[in-house]
Amino acid sequence: MILAMARVATTADAFNAVAEPRRREILDALADGERPVNDLVRMLGMGQPQVSKHLRVLREVGAVEVREDGRRRLYRLNGHALKPIHDWVKEYERTWSERFDQLDVVLDDLKEEENGDDSGE
Amino acid sequence: MTVANSRKAEVTLPTDEQILITREFDAPKHLVYRAWTTPELVKRWWHANRGVVTLAEIDLRVGGKWRYLAVADDGTEVGFHGEYREIVPNERLVSTEIYEGLPEGVSEDDAATLNTASFLEANGRTLLTILVQAKNKVSRDAIIESGMEAGLQDALDLAEQVALSLR
Repeated sequence: MILAMARVATTADAFNAVAEPRRREILDALADGERPVNDLVRMLGMGQPQVSKHLRVLREVGAVEVREDGRRRLYRLNGHALKPIHDWVKEYERTWSERFDQLDVVLDDLKEEENGDDSGE
Repeated sequence: MTVANSRKAEVTLPTDEQILITREFDAPKHLVYRAWTTPELVKRWWHANRGVVTLAEIDLRVGGKWRYLAVADDGTEVGFHGEYREIVPNERLVSTEIYEGLPEGVSEDDAATLNTASFLEANGRTLLTILVQAKNKVSRDAIIESGMEAGLQDALDLAEQVALSLR
């Protein structure tokens, strides 16, 4: 486990590159196959310059690869090395999301309690 | 049937030593702060649906200690503790955090993080941001790992795979 930590720690740039929320969306969109930029623009509702910028960062760290297909350039996930890190951050996010969903329930009760107090006085 | 109104937490890694968690709540900040700092209320949400919070101790004053323990559904116990460093009621809470299951050879001092929770209200809604500041990148990554410890052996397996692929 410590070995794993130390090794993961050497992928500094990759870690940050795949932790950016919009870039994670791109990785998720590429998870089921290669796609041209236009597909990503449509799927994610981002501008093309933005998508291209994120793709460049992802390519720099090797998370995404590109190939020419006639006039199109197709992007694909290089999941082998980087998907696990991506999943790792996502899992952390899931833990907090679940906590916050429970916190919503607590807050609803507190709001009700406060309103109840107000109307009771 | 209840429709889940689930708004995801957003997690980013602004620098090599930081983790930033943000989430908006449909409640004023004094209530979010109360839910955040009241033991009986913390017990209701901190478990993240993975088990039961068995202990939530909060001595809410500067220099006061806090400690949370949870038992995951598979029986694994996880614990965290720390000390309050700065308290601005309903606004800002700065505290240290130490995971109690540190791997051998990692000192508490190295692994401690400084966490700043900020509660920002606008139009009756509250934006909560938690900035986790680690001493260095290795300990930050260890924290990400430990935060997932409850029922997340597969994540460690994945980290191991990354390690192997990088060899």
